[in-house]
Amino acid sequence: MNEPLPPSRSELPCGNETALPTAPGLRKLFGGLGLTILTALPISALAEETQEQPRRGGVIDTIIQPEPPGLVLGMIQNAPTRTVAGNIYEGLLRYTTDLEPIPQLAESWDVSEDGKVYTFHLRENVLWHDGEPFTAADAVFSADVFHRELNPSARAVLEHVESIEAPDDHTVVFTLKQPFGPFLLSFEAGTFTMVPKHIYEGTDFRNNDANNHPIGTGPFKFDSWDRGTVIKLTRNEDYYEEDLPYLDGVNWHIIPDGASRAVAYENGTVDVLPYGTVENFDVPRLSELDNTCSTEQGHEYFSPFAMLWMNNRHGPMTDKRFRQAVMYAMDREFARDVLWNGMGQVPLGAFGSNARFQNEDLTPYDYDPDRARELLDEMGYDGTEVTLLPVPYGETWTRWAEAVQQNLKEVGINVRTVATDVGGWNQRLAERDYDLAFTYLYQYGDPALGISRSYLSTNTAAGSPWNNVEGYANPKVDELFNAAATAHPDSEREALYHEVQEILQEDVPLGWLLELGFPTIYRCNVKNLVNSAVGVNEGFRDAWIDE
Amino acid sequence: MSFFARFARNRGALFGLIILWVIIGMAILAPIVFPESPWRMVQRPFLPPFAVDGMWLGTDTMGRNVAAGLMHGAWVSLLIGLISTSVALLIGVPLGAIAGYYGGWLDDALMRFTEFFQTIPNFALAIVLVAVMQPSVTSIVLAIALVSWPPVARLVRAEFMSLRHREYVEAARLIGQTNTQIILRQILPNTLSPIIVLASLMVATAILLESSLSFLGLGDPNAMSWGYMIGAARTVIRQAWWLSFIPGVAILLTVLALNLVGEGLDDALNPKLARERH
Repeated sequence: MNEPLPPSRSELPCGNETALPTAPGLRKLFGGLGLTILTALPISALAEETQEQPRRGGVIDTIIQPEPPGLVLGMIQNAPTRTVAGNIYEGLLRYTTDLEPIPQLAESWDVSEDGKVYTFHLRENVLWHDGEPFTAADAVFSADVFHRELNPSARAVLEHVESIEAPDDHTVVFTLKQPFGPFLLSFEAGTFTMVPKHIYEGTDFRNNDANNHPIGTGPFKFDSWDRGTVIKLTRNEDYYEEDLPYLDGVNWHIIPDGASRAVAYENGTVDVLPYGTVENFDVPRLSELDNTCSTEQGHEYFSPFAMLWMNNRHGPMTDKRFRQAVMYAMDREFARDVLWNGMGQVPLGAFGSNARFQNEDLTPYDYDPDRARELLDEMGYDGTEVTLLPVPYGETWTRWAEAVQQNLKEVGINVRTVATDVGGWNQRLAERDYDLAFTYLYQYGDPALGISRSYLSTNTAAGSPWNNVEGYANPKVDELFNAAATAHPDSEREALYHEVQEILQEDVPLGWLLELGFPTIYRCNVKNLVNSAVGVNEGFRDAWIDE
Repeated sequence: MSFFARFARNRGALFGLIILWVIIGMAILAPIVFPESPWRMVQRPFLPPFAVDGMWLGTDTMGRNVAAGLMHGAWVSLLIGLISTSVALLIGVPLGAIAGYYGGWLDDALMRFTEFFQTIPNFALAIVLVAVMQPSVTSIVLAIALVSWPPVARLVRAEFMSLRHREYVEAARLIGQTNTQIILRQILPNTLSPIIVLASLMVATAILLESSLSFLGLGDPNAMSWGYMIGAARTVIRQAWWLSFIPGVAILLTVLALNLVGEGLDDALNPKLARERH
């Protein structure tokens, strides 16, 4: 990340940035003390796709599933809030589908050579939706006060930050305690959302009246929210990118039933189905409809990774041979091909294929029931019953648990499935009251943000279903992960991460099931919708409707 | 006329009995015909019936044999129907007997208690109970029993009230039999026929309830039941209609058979009424 982009890299298609009429701030500064890293937008690719002239106007109807609990991004981090509010709020940076940072509210940035001082140069013509100007003071307030109080993932990043200062109205300087490799990946709209200081300063953030009418800097303004029916966003006429957005508005319909959501697309009520809104088995059918396109791009930043927690604290799961046997027993290819309709990727190990520093030399756990039986014999597994807790997120997950249960039974593991609802699932995981349990976690682009949290023994405190739930503790792994997070430059990080992956591959603290592929389905005349690493979460900014 | 002859005079009942035996046969033979688990993924998914040898009824969304599921499911459905009905009888019969026999404030108290259950819609209460207790065969049986005993209690109470002043009861009292003896030895045997008829219908209702619960995803995740099969297939009904159709027909036939048998029992046990009716 701290290296200038090699030229070949910028040739890669990064979504469809191409339709941008005015490529923002293409200053490119190399070398010297501060390396300014800037995305040169792929100009060669620009030429190919801009034969089509973006057209102004039109409203897109789409779906949000489930209904978000609120729209103030930063205060609420769950997926539906991110998806809707990512079009209202913005962060300092955006990311291409290759997870390279590109300008959003910061038009350029410098990193000191020791990797400790990050200087962001902000855009000068940005207004909040209520007309107040956006300045560095807002950025400092958002990061240092608002998120420090409300946002656990931002707080984890802030641990590494010594000070946040605004030397002038359009410059923000983050000084770190030590280098932190993934720092530049933390500025996505959902992590360090820019919130208006003039509205929130000195108030009780959670009970601020403005929460019902979110004020951001994004391309769309909040218009109305008819609970249980529709959330309407309208065009921000004062958006700093001239001509953007092309759309007059976006309507997010709320349709609780999966089959009805598919029908809503078929009968033309909605034109865009963001990922996760239709059941997997409907995807092939809907994709084959006339004038329908689909893409699996647009979730690289999250890269949801399905896992099987194995409670390392008790029962047969304490023995790593048992955990290895579980990995050999599961037919993950089957799960991908049949349950997920071929979408996604069977992971090699703890690091997903989108994660940085993946060690590709690891020995994969291929489906091998005989090997699993051998391992169980060797450890003297006595048939102790283990429970399996599925993810209560719908049919696909239920079917998946059935398949895994059957896989495990076939090698002789005595499994009983325990059905529960979302609340019960969260609670059991938080209280560590389970043997085996499904989950899926976001990767956030860098091992220090999304991966190490599941393995560090310092992160095992009960009460959260998202930390080191399995209770794995290995001082060597802790040491390597901690060293890698703050090592500088990247080549050093890489060596440390490769070593830690070898240990994890042997120890199998948890099961690595599938890197999920979530398609976004849309009418082909909706152009340039998925154009960054978070897809529709901010994609409507550049989208337009062709005749 | 023998009991069976009276029963067989109702052609429908005979038909129902045959179907019921077929289904019981399926349940018993399931582990012999399909010794492997019905959860086992054995073939390509979404095979229509008769498309591949050995897969008479095709395969489901995950390539599991539908025929195996159907036969193992018969066991689960019948078992849940029978056990939950027995439990409901165990609750309903004593309560109704006590209320009907003693009358007075005891009757009032017990009937208010019964009405408390009757005022809550059956299915809603069953959903809440299963959701609270976590879905498992035990919790489903309990939930079904808890929502289906009130009609039993009411029926038994009415029978007891009409029988308790009969001469043979008075005579039993006169020769010094205790209340318990009178309830168990004198009156209860005379209320059995309506209870048996009601029970046969309750088994049918219980099977339907279990199917509805499983359909909603509140079935025991470890038991392959017909309701589960329909619930799992519902979402793919446009790709593979037979996956919901086949277990649906199985439920229909079972419930129909139980109803027909119930009617036949009614005819056989109350020949007087039956003759008037025909």
